Amino acid sequence: MDVSQYLEIFIDESAEHLQNLSDCIMTLENEPNNKDTINEVFRAAHSLKGMAGTMGFKRMQHLTHDMENVFQEVRSDKIKVDSSMIDLLFECLDAIEKYLDNIKATSDEGTEDNELIIKSLNDFIAKANGQPTEQTSQQPAAEVEAPKSEEKTEEPAAQEAKYANFDLNNHELADIASARESGCQIYGITVYVQKECLLKAARAFLVFRAVEELGHIVAYRPSSQDIEDEKFELDFSFYIASTESLDKIIAAAKNVSEIENVLGGVIEDTKPEETKAEDPNVASPTEKTATEKAPAEKKVAAPAAGAKKQTPAKAATSRTVRVDIEKLDALMNQVSELIIAKNALVSMSSSENEESNRQGFHDQIEYLEQITTSLHESVMKVRMVPIETVTQKYPRMIRDLARTLNKKMELVMTGEDTELDRTVVDQIGDPLQHLLRNSADHGLESAELRAQRGKPEIGTIFLHAYQEGNNVIIQVGDDGNGIDVEAVKRKAVERNIITMEQAESMSQKEALAILFMPSFSMANKITDISGRGVGLDVVKSNIEQLGGDVEVSTKLGEGSTFTVRLPLTLAIIQALMVEVRDEKYAIALGSIANIESIPVKDIKYVQAKEVIHLRGNVIPLIRLDQLLDIEPREEEPEELTVVIVKRGDSQAGLVVDNLMGQQEIVIKSLGKYINGNKLISGATILGDGEIALILDTNTLV
Amino acid sequence: MAEKSIETTDSVTKQYIVVQIGNEKYGMDIGYVDNIIRMQKFTRVPKAQSYFMGIINLRGEIVSVMSVRKKMGLEDDVFTNASRIIILKIEEKGLIGVIVDEVCEVVTLNDSEIEPVAQSAKNGKELFINGIGKKGDTLISLFEIGAIVEEKDNN
Repeated sequence: MDVSQYLEIFIDESAEHLQNLSDCIMTLENEPNNKDTINEVFRAAHSLKGMAGTMGFKRMQHLTHDMENVFQEVRSDKIKVDSSMIDLLFECLDAIEKYLDNIKATSDEGTEDNELIIKSLNDFIAKANGQPTEQTSQQPAAEVEAPKSEEKTEEPAAQEAKYANFDLNNHELADIASARESGCQIYGITVYVQKECLLKAARAFLVFRAVEELGHIVAYRPSSQDIEDEKFELDFSFYIASTESLDKIIAAAKNVSEIENVLGGVIEDTKPEETKAEDPNVASPTEKTATEKAPAEKKVAAPAAGAKKQTPAKAATSRTVRVDIEKLDALMNQVSELIIAKNALVSMSSSENEESNRQGFHDQIEYLEQITTSLHESVMKVRMVPIETVTQKYPRMIRDLARTLNKKMELVMTGEDTELDRTVVDQIGDPLQHLLRNSADHGLESAELRAQRGKPEIGTIFLHAYQEGNNVIIQVGDDGNGIDVEAVKRKAVERNIITMEQAESMSQKEALAILFMPSFSMANKITDISGRGVGLDVVKSNIEQLGGDVEVSTKLGEGSTFTVRLPLTLAIIQALMVEVRDEKYAIALGSIANIESIPVKDIKYVQAKEVIHLRGNVIPLIRLDQLLDIEPREEEPEELTVVIVKRGDSQAGLVVDNLMGQQEIVIKSLGKYINGNKLISGATILGDGEIALILDTNTLV
Repeated sequence: MAEKSIETTDSVTKQYIVVQIGNEKYGMDIGYVDNIIRMQKFTRVPKAQSYFMGIINLRGEIVSVMSVRKKMGLEDDVFTNASRIIILKIEEKGLIGVIVDEVCEVVTLNDSEIEPVAQSAKNGKELFINGIGKKGDTLISLFEIGAIVEEKDNN
């Protein structure tokens, strides 16, 4: 079978499952007995295995299969999750990721068998089976018996609701009880597959997948292992805990093709007698035709269910960048409106009544304006992705760092759902990662020192993201040692970056700015993690490339915080248009503090430079005409129009001739030929086809 | 054109757009030419290399326009009705406009009609020429497009 066309989907979904696995294993490390998470891991490993198998990636399948086996044992309480197991699982994830990387690059999984990992996995299973603890020894027996008795009594001719005859073991009973506590209904479902169905296990798998979007399965008959190995005739049953209605679940199951019928009922008590009465309602075979349901409906239902549920059975947000069908629909609608508007204009231009035309023309222009605004909004929304897509890797990274550095630390993240332009999100990952590593390596003190200082033993590294006006702020920092500003100065003097005198007169802020200079490193010894001096300067330049900036604040002994400020989007910004002589320039609204009219006589001089004294702040004045090599004015007016721009806490006043008002502008690059020009960050085309240059005020302040 | 391309089977021929700059005729490999447009208003870009006249709006795209005269160290451009901007398309760097005094014709030259220029001439504009084409008694200096769009230190 040629599966290459599915390769991309496979890669996407595998990456998603991997991330999911990684998250879950992180959770498991902290709460080794979390049943939901164990189930989630099992499911993810299972899906990965199924997908790898379908695509013919045998090695990957093998590895995930063994992983799944281990979790099977964990699920049935035969083994306990411990730290050696977590380590092994992370190794597995890394190995699978390698497979995936290989597949991405060459469409082949490579030749690494990862025998060592597989062997260790099997060791876990062997250990579990070799010395089972007392409480667990009875359970496997129960599980093996149950399906057997099921199969014996099976009568393929009559379709009956077999879910009614479950013999539940303790473990399953416990699951059901806890599901009930969290407000879920328990439903029993029996699914009949069509006689001519070839891949019964696959169908069963699809059914499970479909219904697990609505709830989680608490018990299988025959056991999930048997179902997977196709050890069943034409039917299988399960109990599902869900907050959704029974009909919805049955409909979801019936959506899977080659399913003959689905019977279901509410399980009132764990004793199943009362439920039999339910089945006539749902057992009508004519409902088979319902299989042709639009998949979109299912998609819409799933997130709604996810929101209501408390149990984290399914990750709520999609990890890969996929565009919501609703957003696309909105786009489509707006485009069709655009076409209607165009047609109206066309018909107007061909009709002859001029008087009515003029009125209609204006109406249409207004209409068009409305459409383009909403089109713009929709397209922007499509471009926005939550920063979660990059931050979700960090917990694992911090965990690994904690190991290598032998420090205790935890990562606290908030605002991962803050949305940013795709292009920004794609490139912000590395700088943030660098800042986190910095915090882990340089920021946090050793446990002993922390104890001496009376801080909690576990160091905290945080990442807070939030939106502020047209910017997104991401703060990364720690509650560790903070930056010793004096030490930074000493180091800078040592390396001949500044002189002793400069060092003495330097403010804390100026001193901290040294940290961002190329090849400046505070670390006395180079570690694997950081300290090579290719660090903060790269972070800074990366962030500046994205049109943002980064600042640091610190308090010695209490920690430091790096504040990264990023524009919400790169493509379109709100700008103030200004005129200097006959040239037009755009200044991003986000960087403007205010606009002032300053009488020339109020200009003061500090160190032979023009400044203005405004509400207690001394602000340097920049004559744009001089800066941009524009011919000087013949006569200086008595009042100057000054646009005050800000960057962080510092400000500068730009002298312009005229303000033309606010406008939404599309940023265009100047191309690759004209360069050496940091002042101009791009150009935009105005309504009349003229070009205005965009001033990058960050280089001025 | 179709006839001419049939002739090309035995010897390598190339088509050139012949332009007038000052007193000389120059040829540009037609393969690089994307478009020829009339003079437009430039938007000056402050602090750019001095041979860049500015940028123009070419159907919604920003294209930088340079003066070959300035780049080659000739006297300043005088824009007339005949002045044109030739838009060149360079593989990696995209579109760039080059101002010429006049666009004359398109000629087809084969190898025997092109005389190579010694690359040793290091000074002046010879660097920008990779051959001299002879068509009848007119001589056409053939531009080395790569050298023209190459960045030059701006003294």
